[in-house]
Amino acid sequence: MGIYLDHSATTYVDKKVLAKMTQCYSETFGNTSSQHSYGRDAEKGVGAARAQVADAIGASPGEIYFTSGGTESDNWAIKGVAKFARKGHIITTGIEHRAVLDTCKYLEAKGFSITYLPVDAFGAVRADDVEKALQDDTILISIMFANNEVGTINPMAQIGQIAKKHGVLFHTDAVQAVGHVPIDVSAIGIDLLSLSAHKFYGPKGVGALYIKNGTNIEKIIHGGSHEKGMRAGTLNSPGIVGLGAAISLATEVMDNEFVKEAALAKRLKDALLQLPKAKYNGHPDDRLPGNVNISFDGIEAEALMLHLDLEGIAVSTGSACSSGSTNPSYVLKEMGCTIEQARAAVRFTIGRCNTTKDIDTAAKKTKSIVEKLRALSPLFADKGEKNV
Amino acid sequence: MYNEKVLQHFKDPHNVGTMENPDGYGEVGSSECGDTMKMYIKVDDNKITDIKYQTYGCCAAIASSSIATDMALGKTIEEAQAMSKMDIVQELGGLPEKKIHCSLLAEDALKEAIKDYKSK
Ligand SMILES: Cc1ncc(COP(=O)(O)O)c(C=O)c1O
Ligand SMILES: [Zn+2]
Repeated sequence: MGIYLDHSATTYVDKKVLAKMTQCYSETFGNTSSQHSYGRDAEKGVGAARAQVADAIGASPGEIYFTSGGTESDNWAIKGVAKFARKGHIITTGIEHRAVLDTCKYLEAKGFSITYLPVDAFGAVRADDVEKALQDDTILISIMFANNEVGTINPMAQIGQIAKKHGVLFHTDAVQAVGHVPIDVSAIGIDLLSLSAHKFYGPKGVGALYIKNGTNIEKIIHGGSHEKGMRAGTLNSPGIVGLGAAISLATEVMDNEFVKEAALAKRLKDALLQLPKAKYNGHPDDRLPGNVNISFDGIEAEALMLHLDLEGIAVSTGSACSSGSTNPSYVLKEMGCTIEQARAAVRFTIGRCNTTKDIDTAAKKTKSIVEKLRALSPLFADKGEKNV
Repeated sequence: MYNEKVLQHFKDPHNVGTMENPDGYGEVGSSECGDTMKMYIKVDDNKITDIKYQTYGCCAAIASSSIATDMALGKTIEEAQAMSKMDIVQELGGLPEKKIHCSLLAEDALKEAIKDYKSK
């Protein structure tokens, strides 16, 4: 068996979650809109899942709307608020996932004005910048909870207070954070929150948007009267049941997992930073527990990733050299990394299945591959410099 | 996305290294994607008798460097000069479309090394 260290890309479905889903595919398979017992049974499952999702984030069940995943939730939150307001200004950041960035770009082309806030060297937004960016016509603040590349967690409580103080809606893409770190939407002051099941051992293609009661938002998917008329389409009940089971389980094991993953991440980080000229990217403490992102000077991340793949170890890179130009990770560039550092960055994301042995093997292999690639690289000259 | 042969060359690239007093030396960098290559050749009797290189780049750049140096070894200067990136890609059994440009590095570095040899 290989070693999977790409849990931020996606996770496997937990066996207990899968069992619940299987039952829903073959036994309680009814359409939740049907009036008969089959429909009622399916609705029962969906209702329970809605309560499970609400519980996990400190919301009430009526505020949870099921979607096809993180991308749809992000699209809905931002376009839905924009459509209701019809014009205005949106504050976001330069390090958002494409689902948020491209949606904002789209609205920009439609006449909305957008502020893309910078981040500090650790990849965090400064709450002060959010307050300074507010305008009279600001309709929405959309800032991710935790970044998918470097794992840095934003100052959510401070941003929530600013949003509340100025009466501006606050959306957060919490796709990477939900199920991994505690989140309480009412304590933080979040109006809209996107989440996606496949990032916490649930199925792909299902997620939810939390919409605080009374939020001014339009729907973006028209059709039947599902989800209180706000999101049309026959509910993916097995997926939703899986989402519910996965989020409950994630909440249950969160504290233990956090400690375990953070310890493994530290072990990996310490081992890899023994290599000269390795730069640790992201915040040292305020980050997702399982994320380790490191730039190894003088190597191309894709080359390292493929070598690890040949050894059965799965990791990911934020940059790719393609069709005539390298597109080094925009997240790392926003954090002030040089193009070389961005091209040399590899992301390891630790999850529930990983063991100390996995980490030690991955560290050992990574070190020898980095040394091999550096021997091949005309750019790397070890001058015995300290790590930065 | 990469074929077996490409991965083989990527995994264990041939002719890697530097050379003391080469007869020809070429260094190229692709402004497009940041890939960089240094190429060293030894020439005897108009034939390339030794070849070494260092490459910074993606899998395609590394595999192209490896196979291009295999191809050039033993060739006459004229034959080696006539090698193009498409010859390299063909010898590799193909590269993904968006990675074809990465093989240009090896062609250019070889041409630079030959130019340097000829200028001496
Ligand atoms: C931060 C973030 N937002 C949104 C998404 C998109 O979620 P989904 O894959 O469920 O559409 C991802 C997943 O890659 C993500 O990491
Ligand atoms: Zn390349």
